[in-house]
Amino acid sequence: MTSASEPLPTARPRRDPLLGVAIVAVALVYVRALAFTPIEARQGAAQKILYIHATSAFIALYVAFALMAIASILYLWLKDEKLDRVAESAAEVGLAFTTVVLLTGPLWGKTIWGAWWTWDARLTSTLFLWFLIVAYSLLRGAVEERGRRARYSAVLGILAALLVPFIHLSVYLFRTLHPMPILLKPSAPSMPSEMQVTFFSAFLAFLLLFAALLRARYRIATLRDHVASREQEHA
Amino acid sequence: MGEAPGTLAASWIVARKDLAIEFRTRTAFLSALVFALLGVTIFYFAWDATAVAAADLAPGVLWVIFTFAGLLGLQRSFGSELADRAIDGLLGAPISREAIYLGKALANLVFVSGILAVTIPAVVLFYNLPFGPGIGALAGIAALAAVGLVAVGTLFSAMAVNTRMAELLLPMLSLPFFVPIVMGAAQSSARLMAGRPIAEAWPWLRILVAFDIVFVTACTLAFPYTLDE
Repeated sequence: MTSASEPLPTARPRRDPLLGVAIVAVALVYVRALAFTPIEARQGAAQKILYIHATSAFIALYVAFALMAIASILYLWLKDEKLDRVAESAAEVGLAFTTVVLLTGPLWGKTIWGAWWTWDARLTSTLFLWFLIVAYSLLRGAVEERGRRARYSAVLGILAALLVPFIHLSVYLFRTLHPMPILLKPSAPSMPSEMQVTFFSAFLAFLLLFAALLRARYRIATLRDHVASREQEHA
Repeated sequence: MGEAPGTLAASWIVARKDLAIEFRTRTAFLSALVFALLGVTIFYFAWDATAVAAADLAPGVLWVIFTFAGLLGLQRSFGSELADRAIDGLLGAPISREAIYLGKALANLVFVSGILAVTIPAVVLFYNLPFGPGIGALAGIAALAAVGLVAVGTLFSAMAVNTRMAELLLPMLSLPFFVPIVMGAAQSSARLMAGRPIAEAWPWLRILVAFDIVFVTACTLAFPYTLDE
């Protein structure tokens, strides 16, 4: 239960300076990526997707998903509702980032590999990660009672974190036993320094965007729980 | 008043209770079985029999059908405790939460093993598989796959019954977790049934064994958190 003493977020949602800064940063990075970063010799303009695709993938898996798993473990241990809200917010913002990865990937793949989709280990793992986060969100939406919702989603969050290595291992094994000829992915060529600068600033900009969205989403969760508590008090 | 039983004895009592209910009604088992057999036959006509050899199709069909039929059994595992809040009787019993989980999982294991015991011969028969030493290995793979499926499915069944869309949620939660099981079981049984050396199936068997160890442990530990105190 939310204690009544917990301070309510009072700032109006329209004024979110962090979100504003993040959006401007992402926009600036894209101006730099499109206009002031050299075009890759072999891949042409398609390579520019890297700046949004690879950064989103990294943040989705290693920041959002990891945060969801850690917050889930800590919730079962400490039973603090804030941790449940962190897990919920990380999952939902992570879902947005994973969706971006799955949408931008085929755009790049069609140009470079000649196929929208291949059952490559990384692609398949990302797809199942997406399914897992969708299941997590559906579970949250299907449980009415707050304490139960938090416990259930924490259990799923932890099991999902245990599952990801298994999925990665099995799809990797699947691919290596059945090599696919269309996998023409260049083995990470060392980037020119201008591209590196663009890449790392893109990473920072998207990390900022993740943090801003996470904070905004967390605030919504807090408000929602508070409204639910008030309604219970009056009922 | 007798003494409270130990975890294993208690889980056996819980499993026996579930199996007795299932044995007296037989509804879930028979529908899951008919579903599995129907699935096996329908799948045969989903491919061009002249283009794909039935033997190549069989392992995939077997394990996909197995997971879906298993879901039917798992649904009932905790669904049967909803009526008259029968779960309260279990929770009030002087047994550990882990024993309830293990008992439920054990009953589900018997359930899915029963389905496999009919489905595997049916696949061998309908898909004209060579009935050789591979069958023994297939039984071993089936055991490994069944344990993993039941470990995860029993836990999610306990969660799904308390949600607003239980019948839909259980497959949605479980199927991503069944991916390594289906892949491991299908890939290893395909190799063994084709008469390949066991070394080729070994990496897949290792994944199945590791999956069983990790998820039986994790789900047993996680189960108490799915109960309302």
